[in-house]
Amino acid sequence: MNLDLFIMNGYGLYVWSAFAFTLFNFLILYKVTSRQLVKEKAKFARKYESLNSDKVILAYKQSTNRTFVRTVADKI
Amino acid sequence: MLYIITEKTKKVLISPKFRNLIFVLFIIFLSVGLFEALILSPQDYLQSDSVRIMYVHVPSAWISLGIFSMIAFLSLGVIIFKNKNFVLISKSLAPSGFIFNLIALVTGSIWGKPTWGTWWAWDPRITSMLVLFLFYFLYLLSWKLFEKSKAVKISSYISIIGVINVPIIKYSVDWWATLHQPSSINVLSESTIHSSMLVPLFLMTAAFALFSMLIFLMKYNVELIKVKNKGLNRI
Repeated sequence: MNLDLFIMNGYGLYVWSAFAFTLFNFLILYKVTSRQLVKEKAKFARKYESLNSDKVILAYKQSTNRTFVRTVADKI
Repeated sequence: MLYIITEKTKKVLISPKFRNLIFVLFIIFLSVGLFEALILSPQDYLQSDSVRIMYVHVPSAWISLGIFSMIAFLSLGVIIFKNKNFVLISKSLAPSGFIFNLIALVTGSIWGKPTWGTWWAWDPRITSMLVLFLFYFLYLLSWKLFEKSKAVKISSYISIIGVINVPIIKYSVDWWATLHQPSSINVLSESTIHSSMLVPLFLMTAAFALFSMLIFLMKYNVELIKVKNKGLNRI
């Protein structure tokens, strides 16, 4: 196995830690934002579900609501 | 007119298909970019393999500066036009800008150790990047501390004042004696960096830009659903 890629002329620790730190931050930011999105969508689905039929018609008239209803359809 | 543009933009921004497309593009660019940056690109004659840190450090710095400038521009729009969508867009841009600023500072510090022999120096470029980090922090903090109408105003003023720092960061290497080298990539004149290093740098920049776009889209959806949730309460 070629270890040059890991050792990088003695700079491997610096290079790999910089790349690892970057990708770790990407992962954390993605996870946190994704969790927030799932939470808010679930809240939206619950509220939408609790509306009576007249209010559903009223809410569905808004195009943004329609898009969100489609994305949370499996939860409603 | 502004309303029509805003509504059409909003439709694209909340489309899950568009978000998936950005995610796929990000994965493609990141994979190719990492392969180029870590394997194909050559060593530097002076810095050897430590130069590879540039492929994460420089794009992060560029994107954090770009995002802050965008936030400031939108905040000006918030103050002048009172456009609520601008508020949501700038608020959704801030988290990725903040993280990219953090990555630029930390990877810069990691690069500094083998290059300059120190993790940190109060150099004009590094210090001005730290100031930008504090502005990002204050911007995000203002949304946590104040109620919405107050937070809109305070965060807008923070970004407008903070944007003064952006040209200072850009020209700090020209104005003051600094450990940083002058910029190697110039828009108006020829770049002093070889194409074998320029290609991975641009690929990584594209990947990072796509990632910030992805986070922005997700965060924008979060903020918009919060607004819509309040709207459902009022029906």
